[in-house]
Amino acid sequence: MASKKAHKDRNMRDLRIGSNIAIMRKVLLDPILFGTILLVLAIVTMFIVFPIANILKESFIYKGAISLHHYTEIFRLSYNKEIILNTFKLGITVSILSTIIGFGFAYASAYVKVKYKKLMNAIAILPIISPPFVISLSAILLFGRVGLISKGLFGIQNANIYGFRGLVLVQVLTFFPVAFLVMVGLLQQIDPSVEEAARDLGASRWKVFTTITVPLMAPGIANAGLLVFIQSVADFGNPMVIGGNFTTMAVQIYMQGIGSLDMSGATALAILLLLVSVSAFIVQKFYLGKKSYITVTGKVSRQRELIEEKNIVQPLSFLILLTSSFVGLMYILIPIGAFVKIWGVNNTFTLDHFKYVISIGIKPIVDTTSLALIATPITGILSMVIAFLLIRRKFIGKAYLDFTTMLSIAIPGTVVGLGYVLTYNKAPLILTGTGTILIIAFVMRSMPVGIRSGMASLQQIDPSIEEAASVLGASSKKVFTSITLPMIKPAFFSGLVYAFSRSMTLVSTIIFLVSAKYSLLTVTTMSQIDQGRIGVASVYSTILIVIVGSIILLMKFALSKMGVSADEIEL
Amino acid sequence: MKKGIIIKNLTKIFLINNNSKIVAVDNVNLEVEPGEFVTLLGPSGCGKTTLLRMVAGFETLTDGEIYIGEENVASLTPDKRDTAMVFQNYALFPHMNVYDNIAYGLKIQKVSKPEIKRRVQKILDLMKMNDFSNRVPSQMSGGQQQRVSLARALVMEPGVLLFDEPLSNLDAKLRIHMREEIRKIQKEVGITSLYVTHDQSEAMGLSDKIVIMKDGVIQQIGSPREVYQKPENAFVAAFIGKANTISGTVLAKDGKTYTIDIDGKPHVISSKKEYEVGREVEMIIRPESIIVGKEGYHTEVVKSIFMGENHEYEVRWKGQVLQISEPNPYSKRTYEVGEEMSIDFDETALHMI
Ligand SMILES: Nc1ncnc2c1ncn2[C@@H]1O[C@H](COP(=O)(O)OP(=O)(O)OP(=O)(O)O)[C@@H](O)[C@H]1O
Ligand SMILES: [Mg+2]
Repeated sequence: MASKKAHKDRNMRDLRIGSNIAIMRKVLLDPILFGTILLVLAIVTMFIVFPIANILKESFIYKGAISLHHYTEIFRLSYNKEIILNTFKLGITVSILSTIIGFGFAYASAYVKVKYKKLMNAIAILPIISPPFVISLSAILLFGRVGLISKGLFGIQNANIYGFRGLVLVQVLTFFPVAFLVMVGLLQQIDPSVEEAARDLGASRWKVFTTITVPLMAPGIANAGLLVFIQSVADFGNPMVIGGNFTTMAVQIYMQGIGSLDMSGATALAILLLLVSVSAFIVQKFYLGKKSYITVTGKVSRQRELIEEKNIVQPLSFLILLTSSFVGLMYILIPIGAFVKIWGVNNTFTLDHFKYVISIGIKPIVDTTSLALIATPITGILSMVIAFLLIRRKFIGKAYLDFTTMLSIAIPGTVVGLGYVLTYNKAPLILTGTGTILIIAFVMRSMPVGIRSGMASLQQIDPSIEEAASVLGASSKKVFTSITLPMIKPAFFSGLVYAFSRSMTLVSTIIFLVSAKYSLLTVTTMSQIDQGRIGVASVYSTILIVIVGSIILLMKFALSKMGVSADEIEL
Repeated sequence: MKKGIIIKNLTKIFLINNNSKIVAVDNVNLEVEPGEFVTLLGPSGCGKTTLLRMVAGFETLTDGEIYIGEENVASLTPDKRDTAMVFQNYALFPHMNVYDNIAYGLKIQKVSKPEIKRRVQKILDLMKMNDFSNRVPSQMSGGQQQRVSLARALVMEPGVLLFDEPLSNLDAKLRIHMREEIRKIQKEVGITSLYVTHDQSEAMGLSDKIVIMKDGVIQQIGSPREVYQKPENAFVAAFIGKANTISGTVLAKDGKTYTIDIDGKPHVISSKKEYEVGREVEMIIRPESIIVGKEGYHTEVVKSIFMGENHEYEVRWKGQVLQISEPNPYSKRTYEVGEEMSIDFDETALHMI
């Protein structure tokens, strides 16, 4: 028996080796495919894996020898311990609050006859097209020392928005849309008849909610919570602007690495932050991803009867309107702030801030836009090529490519920034200070999401169409450009839109990489806030949002001319 | 406690985009006796589901009244009505095992734990599902899930049991098996049932009474035998089985017995309805009620198919095509296409509409 099994195993192994050889041969026979795979693997290795590996290596080296010094240092200094604690405290609080608000929005959107669905969706898109610290800026305008609400409405002198509470406010307002979008999709997939069955068996609406809807959504709720947690701990812009004395790990990595020029001291903290967000991501992806009840209930049999009872609709509508208008107000304040002399002190109309911005030069505006415009098509094409390879081709190194590009979604921007500085500031490849490294950062930060959405749309295309083309004698390149690319056009173009807005608004990674030669809008804005020039910062933010908004509209317009309908392009 | 249902002048209008409207249920009147098994039968979109969902409380009434037992339920939400529903897609709670699914309604009613256990056990025995009590829905086949769904409804001992095409997601063989199972259990428990289907053989096999609907309007209410043998109109006749419509003239009338001239030959037919002498009438005759080989009318065979249990013909007669089904073909002569066939109509099976 045993020998028979061994024999069988050996046969299986031979088969596997055989098939590996077959794959190799197939790949080698197609030089373009082979070259593309090599190139992609090299890019991923150089700009995702290698920088992280470098941080890891540095974190274990102290004075030229292998040592745990940097790690023991973290846990020795109470200051550092506090920072770690802060990060968790913030992440957990924001995650819980955002999930609750996001669930309220999602439930209202999917279950209740409320009027404001368009408004809700619009609010959910705002964080994507604006820099990550915008809400912090308007929080200062509203609740700062001379804030509209704090001083103007309540007459509080020296109100302090800086710190934990202010940070929670702005992060919740920034991240609850993420939770909302995740959960609304899942709620729409619950089969209404399951809830009707419960109702029919005597459960009140509230009982149905607590015993059916919420338990069915539990994995989705946890999922949304973890996603927000990951974003909260990785957030750099908001804690930097409004954190005050409340420092988080993401900020401290920058402060220590760039501010105190103690790169290797920052590495251990970076590794720790990386561990936190990557493990949260792994739980979210591999544990919760599989534990969904919603797939079990199967196809939605009929449309849901939306709840129309006034005692549910009215309070919920009111809360949503309140929250949405508050978020809306925060965004509207920015352009207003740009035209006010000294916010809260001298509220007269002025163009001074604009004049100032023009006098010190529009260089950041030009630099940012042109670099982002270069990065955008690169990101778009690279994402689609990688998505195509991952879905449609077999090759050695595929699992590696899949794993690294997916995991890189969860790598905090500051960690990447630190990694790039560590890796590319010495020979053979000195890239820091160049435009190249900025473009690379733009590409690598927006590519992972592009790859995933490309993969999702490719999975919906029947491979037999592509096979038919290659049977007819088309090469790999030909199949990709003539068959696959046209079919994933919508995903490709929404990838472009995403890549552009993401590049324009990026802060965390590039703040490590900017130099005198290139100045970027987000970084300039942050330093203006830092120097207390709120008006100027508002001008920069306004310009940034206007550029992103108009380029998106322009892209949509150009694409509709090319036959891709605007509805197909989503953010 | 089994209860009856009384539906009076029930209408449901759906407004679509505030301008166009659909009359899904149109002035329906229906009585279901306590313990009776009534089936709503009709083509897709005729309003069966809408009617059922109004009884359950999932749709509001545009007009009319619904009584369950003595109670006017129009203003009651579904949880306050003494109904339990079995859904087409089972609608089991995916996060609960079979036991908890069945116990759900009892828990909501705050029935004591030992009592819940006793009643769930009883139902599991009745459904022969004892081995399944720890399984979750995703670990069961469609047929098993539908049994759980039925058990979950039965355990509530509701006044009225509602079914919306419970078997349509199952394969043909299982469907017949489950049909018999449902009938057996319904008889055993004696529960009032309102059952929606668009499968006529299901309706025939299950019902005490069949309600045939079309475009929201009831066409006929009657026992399976009545709707088959005495259809009210051509739609009912064609919807339940196959039917030939032929025409004739009333020659004479003697009480409820009529003499009808069909193509020059008199036939004696009884009917409850009133027809004047000299009037042209339409009659229904089922394919199996046309007698093959008996001297009566001359026809030409245009189609001839051996189906095993019967032999099916189509014959041309007087410019129309008649469908004929001859049972037990083994001992009989077969006609080929193009041959002449003489036929006659079984007078007891001729039905005037
Ligand atoms: N919620 C709704 N809104 C608008 N129209 C509806 C709604 N529900 C049903 N209808 C319409 O009412 C009519 C009757 O629908 P119903 O579902 O009752 O048909 P049915 O007899 O159950 O059909 P089927 O056999 O296909 O299930 C159809 O024309 C349908 O389109
Ligand atoms: Mg239906």
